[in-house]
Amino acid sequence: MRLSYLLTATALLVLSLLSVLVGAADFRLQDVTADPDALRLLLTSRLPRTFAALLTGASMAVAGVIMQLLVRNRFVEPGTTGTTEAAMLGLLCVTLLAPGAPILLKMIASAMAALVGMAGFLLLLRRLPPAQPLLVPLVGLIYSGIIGAGATFIAYQADLLQYLGVWMSGEFSGVLAGRYELLWLAGALALVAYVAADQFTIAGLGRATSVSLGLNHAQIVVLGLVTVSLVTALVVVTVGMVPFVGLVVPNIVARTMGDNLRASLPVVAGLGGGLVLAADLFGRVIRYPYEVPAGTVFGVMGAAVFLWLLLGRPARA
Amino acid sequence: MISIRNVSHRIGQSQILRDVSADIPDAGITALIGPNGAGKSTLLNLVARLLTLQTGRIEIDGQDIARTSSRDLALKLAIVAQQLGVASRLRVRDLVGFGRWPHHRGRPGPEDEATVAEAIASFDLGALQHRFLDELSGGQQQRAFVAMGFAQGTDWLLLDEPLNNLDMFHARALMARVHALSRPEAPRPRRVVMVVHEINYAAAWADHIIALKDGAVAACGAPTEVLTNPVLSALFGMEIRVEELHGRPLILHHI
Repeated sequence: MRLSYLLTATALLVLSLLSVLVGAADFRLQDVTADPDALRLLLTSRLPRTFAALLTGASMAVAGVIMQLLVRNRFVEPGTTGTTEAAMLGLLCVTLLAPGAPILLKMIASAMAALVGMAGFLLLLRRLPPAQPLLVPLVGLIYSGIIGAGATFIAYQADLLQYLGVWMSGEFSGVLAGRYELLWLAGALALVAYVAADQFTIAGLGRATSVSLGLNHAQIVVLGLVTVSLVTALVVVTVGMVPFVGLVVPNIVARTMGDNLRASLPVVAGLGGGLVLAADLFGRVIRYPYEVPAGTVFGVMGAAVFLWLLLGRPARA
Repeated sequence: MISIRNVSHRIGQSQILRDVSADIPDAGITALIGPNGAGKSTLLNLVARLLTLQTGRIEIDGQDIARTSSRDLALKLAIVAQQLGVASRLRVRDLVGFGRWPHHRGRPGPEDEATVAEAIASFDLGALQHRFLDELSGGQQQRAFVAMGFAQGTDWLLLDEPLNNLDMFHARALMARVHALSRPEAPRPRRVVMVVHEINYAAAWADHIIALKDGAVAACGAPTEVLTNPVLSALFGMEIRVEELHGRPLILHHI
């Protein structure tokens, strides 16, 4: 356990250092003390971009693991269960109805839509046979497809399709100081989730076990839903969705560390942040000086890992 | 004592329990038996507060479960529900450790560690304690969940069909363990209430039997009183031969 913490921390430090050093503009770390332009570049662009990627990855991974425990299914995350699409639909509606609304208000509207979308998914789940775990992600993908189609239709009618494109593909090249800070809120939510780590783990054992242990099961489900929808909305509003983070990261961590969140949540958050930062770095250098969005990089990687998880899972998944 | 008074329950259109009144005595193992759909699990789930009481009253050692907080009840009774497809990937030791949650709420102390170690030893889980739950067989999972219920340290232990998906070796071993824990000479005797499908386990190990049919109590009492040819034949609607072995009923329901 200690070793996984140490590895995660080291990897994050190395990636963060690389992220600060790599970019279109010339930049050397030793110039920071002498050259005010270098310092400004560091503080307004490189550091915010690094933080944004770390916070996005960490909070999306935490949201994913919470969702998996509450739904009691390994193959769900906000992006495959309609939550992201609902968040986009909400954001679209508020953009249409109140274009001048402050970003915080837009985020709240988006989070409420995400909450409704997720509640709808949970209601759908009740009608599925529990013995068919693979049915859950399939139904989730269809459900999110329907909501996404609705959002696309509205965006098409209102000539806002490019907005959808921005929200759907996580991208960090536009991150500057003053334009990403909402993401710290997502990071804070991940910390709150850590405080309730035991409760989420117990909820993952099912309602009967939760009640037997005197836990207020409904309360923890609501806490989880609110956390996941807020994180989703915050990410969609600021940098755009990075698909598969919430799905792939918890699965990788669970293979070696299991589902005891008290122990594994720091690694889930660290790995999520690290992988998204790595995807962003990869996108920065692959056709330098042009950039490929981190969401696209992660989407390609994540889809492959998702398939591997679905098809190559052990007999007792 | 658990006293059940005038409990009726309906789910949708169907009446599951009709005016059930029964006392579960303060010692040993009480088995709920009856045909499919008799309402055994519903009754157990009502006592366990997994279902909300619609009419009637249930008291556990004088405490009305409708008026006692779930947190306080977690110190009085532990429930081991049927585990249908365990999705969690916890190590066995961590799972049993969560049985102590009602006591420490996140900060386990030395006495919690000791109780967990005791539960692991008494359910023979030492070799499995660092394994992940989802990599164990159904029988091993069941044993781990019962150990968790035991670690909760409550006077009452409610088991919903604990012998489901156990082979005869593990079924007998589990019954023998639970039986030993419920004897008066055990260090801290537990009172056990369980839903049992295979009636011979009730005949061999239970101290008290409550037989349900069509949502009502058909008979209750000691195994020698309830597990007789006339009672069982009426209960299951077929002629059932009952013999005696070592002073306990032996039910030849399969021939």
